Amino acid sequence: MDLTLILFIILAVTAIATALGLLISRNAVYAALFLVMNFACVAIFYLLLGAPFIAMAQVTVYAGAIMVLFLFVIMLLGAEKLPKGDVLPVQRPLAIGAAVILLAEAVILLVQRFQSTAMLQAPGTVENSMDSLREMSGLLFTEYLLPFEVTSILLLVAMVGAIVLTKQEKGTRG
Amino acid sequence: MTQSDLITILPLLALVVWACALLLVDLFIPKGRKGWTALLAAAGLALTMGLTLAQAGREASGFGGMLRLDGFSTFLNVLFLGSGLLGVAVAYGYLKRMDLERGEFYSLLLFSITGMMLMAQAADLIVIFLALELLSIPLYVLAAFARPRADSEEAGLKYFLLGAFSTGFVVYGITLVFGATGTTSLAKIVEVLAAGSLGTGSLLLTIGAALILVGFSFKVAAVPFHMWTPDVYQGAPTPVTAFMSVGAKAAGFAALMRIFVMAFPSLSADLTPVLWALAALTMFIGNIIAISQTNIKRMLAYSSIAHAGYILMALVAYGNPAVAADSVASALFYLVAYAVTSFGAWSVVMSLEKPDAKGLEINDFAGLGRRNPLLAAAMTIFMLSFTGMPPTLGLVGKFFLFRTAIEGGFIGLAIIGVLTSLISAYYYLRVVVTMYMREGEPQAEGEYWLTFTTVVTALATVVLQFLPAALFALAAGAVLK
Amino acid sequence: MNFGSIPLTYYLVLSAALFTMGALGVLIRRNALIIFMSVELMLNAANLAFVAFARQYGVFTGQLFVFFVMTVAAAEVAVGLALIVAIFRTKHSIDVDQMSSLKG
Repeated sequence: MDLTLILFIILAVTAIATALGLLISRNAVYAALFLVMNFACVAIFYLLLGAPFIAMAQVTVYAGAIMVLFLFVIMLLGAEKLPKGDVLPVQRPLAIGAAVILLAEAVILLVQRFQSTAMLQAPGTVENSMDSLREMSGLLFTEYLLPFEVTSILLLVAMVGAIVLTKQEKGTRG
Repeated sequence: MTQSDLITILPLLALVVWACALLLVDLFIPKGRKGWTALLAAAGLALTMGLTLAQAGREASGFGGMLRLDGFSTFLNVLFLGSGLLGVAVAYGYLKRMDLERGEFYSLLLFSITGMMLMAQAADLIVIFLALELLSIPLYVLAAFARPRADSEEAGLKYFLLGAFSTGFVVYGITLVFGATGTTSLAKIVEVLAAGSLGTGSLLLTIGAALILVGFSFKVAAVPFHMWTPDVYQGAPTPVTAFMSVGAKAAGFAALMRIFVMAFPSLSADLTPVLWALAALTMFIGNIIAISQTNIKRMLAYSSIAHAGYILMALVAYGNPAVAADSVASALFYLVAYAVTSFGAWSVVMSLEKPDAKGLEINDFAGLGRRNPLLAAAMTIFMLSFTGMPPTLGLVGKFFLFRTAIEGGFIGLAIIGVLTSLISAYYYLRVVVTMYMREGEPQAEGEYWLTFTTVVTALATVVLQFLPAALFALAAGAVLK
Repeated sequence: MNFGSIPLTYYLVLSAALFTMGALGVLIRRNALIIFMSVELMLNAANLAFVAFARQYGVFTGQLFVFFVMTVAAAEVAVGLALIVAIFRTKHSIDVDQMSSLKG
C-alpha cells in the first residue's frame, strides 16, 4: 500500500467522522467546528487532486469566512446548547428513503470500479503550478465572463437582502 | 464581447442595470412617496419588455453558447416580465396598506426577474445554477419582507432552508452530469450523447438527471417535494406569494424543459415512469388536501401544487417523440393560463385582506356577491378557469394538455387528470357558493391598481382563450432544435 | 509520492457518503443553523466530486464551477444567517418545529 493511499484513507475517515459529528452533535459550536475540520480535509483532497487555488479558496472562504460567520451568529444568539429532541416522526421514512437511494448510488459506483477500467485509468494531468492558476483566471474573464458577472450581481443581491432583513426601522420593534 | 453576445444579453442587461440604478435612486425618494419607486420599477420592466418584443423572432447565441435567444426564451421572458408588471401593480397599494413601504422591495423583484430571464435563456448548466440562485435569493428575502411579523419571517426561513436543500441536489446532479459527459454546456452534452460513447457513464448521467429533477421539483412544488409550499405561500406577503406562484414555478419549468428537452431527449424515455408517478401524485395529493383547507391562501397554495402536476403531465408526454413538440407547446400554454388566472385570484384575495393576516378565511368571502358584484364575478371567472370550465382560458389549457397526454399514449394519466379536475371543482366552486349564497359583510379594498389588475386578468382569462395555438408551437419549436 | 494514483471512484464514493450525510442532517435535525450547516456539507460533497471529475478529464471547467458554487454559498450564507438572526429576535428560538404560527 503506497503512502498516498494511506493518506487518502486517513483523510477520508476523518472527513466521514467529522460529518457524523455534525449530524449527532448536541452543541451548535461543536457542530460548526466539526464542519470546519471537514472542510479542511476536503481542502487537502483538493491539493491531492491538483487544484491548489480551490484548496486555498476552500480554506479562506469556506473554513475561514463562512464558518466564522456561523460561529459568530451562534454565539451572538447564545444558541449553542441544543435541546434534547427526537428525530421527527414524519421525516424519518423520508430520510431513510433518501439515504438508501444515495447509498445505493455509492455502492453502484463501487461495483463499477471493478467493471470499468475507464474510471481507473491514469487521470489527465493538470499541472500543480502557478501556470494553472493563470490559465484559470484567464478563462474566468473570457469564456466564463457571463457566470462571473452573474456572481457579482448575486453578491450584491445578497448584501441588499441581508441589510433589508436585519436593519432596524425607526419606530418599529425588531 | 461580440455583437451576438450583446444582442443575446441586451434585455437582461437593461433590466439588471435598471435594478441597480433603482436601488440608488430609491435612496433619494422620501418615505411615503415610494409610489415613484414602483413607477420606475414598472418603467424598467416595460422597457425590458419592449426590448424583448423588439427581438422577437430573432435567434442568437452568445458567450460561447452559454446564453441563447430564441422563441422559447422570448416567450417565457414576456411571461416573467408580465407577471413582474402585475406584481408591481398589486404590491404598491398592498405595501402601503400593510405599512411595509420600503423601496428595496421593487429592486429585489427586478433582480428576481433577471434571474428568471437568465434561466429561460441559459444553455449551460453553470448558468442555469446561477440563474436559479439569482431568482431564489431575492425571493427568500421578499418572503420575509413583512418582518417582524413572525409568520412572514418563518415563511422566509422555511423557503430558504428548503431552497438551499434543493440547490444541493441540483449542484450534485450537475456534478454527475459533468462526470458522465465532461462538459456543462447543453449543446456539447447533446454532442457527447449523440456520439454514444458513454459506456458506464450513462448510469452517472441518469442519476445526475434524476437529482436535477428532484431539485427543480422543489422549485415547482411537485409532490413529494411540496411540504414548504402552503406555509410559505400563507406566511409571505400576498403580492410576493402571487409573484412566486407564477414566476418561480414558470422558471422552474423553463429550466426543466431546457435541460430535459434540449440536452437529454434520450433520457426522457428512461425517466418517463418517474415523471408519470410525480405528475399523478402531484395532481392527486394537491387537489385532495386542498379540499380540507379553510384559509384561502393555503387553498390556493395546494391548488398551485395541483397545477404543477398538470404541467408535469406535458413533460411525461414528451417521452413519446410523436407528440414531443405538442407537449412543450401545451405546457407553455398552460403556464400562461395558470399565470393569468393565478394572479387574478391572488389580486382578489389581496382586496379582502386586512392587516395582521385577517380576512383570509374562505368564510370571509361570504356576501361578496352582493357587496361587490364586480370582484365576485372576477373571482368566479378565476375559479372556473382553475377548474377548467368554460368560458375560460383554463378549459383550453387543460384541453391541450389532456389531448397531448392521450395522443402520446398516456391515457391513464389523462384520466387521473380529468378525475382530479372534477375533485377540484368541489373546492373551487365552494368559494363561488360562499360568495353568492351566504350572508356576510366583507369590506373590499377599492385601491385603483389592484382593481385594475383584477379586471385585466379577468378579461385576459376570457379573451386569451382565442389565442392561436400556432404561437405556442413556434415557441416549442425553438427549444427542440 | 505520486499524487495522481488514487482512483476517481474512491473520491466519488467519499463524496456520495458526505452528500448522503448532509441530506440526512437536513432531514433529521431541527435546529435551523445545523440544517443550514448540513446543506453546506452537501454543496461541499458536490464540489469534491466536481474537482475529481475535472482532474479525470484534465479540464479547468470543474475548478471554475467549484469557484462559482463557493461564491453562491457565501451569498446564501449572508441571506440565511440574516434570516436566522431576524427570526431569533422575534421569537427567541430557531427550532424549526416551534414555528407554530404556520401549520405544517
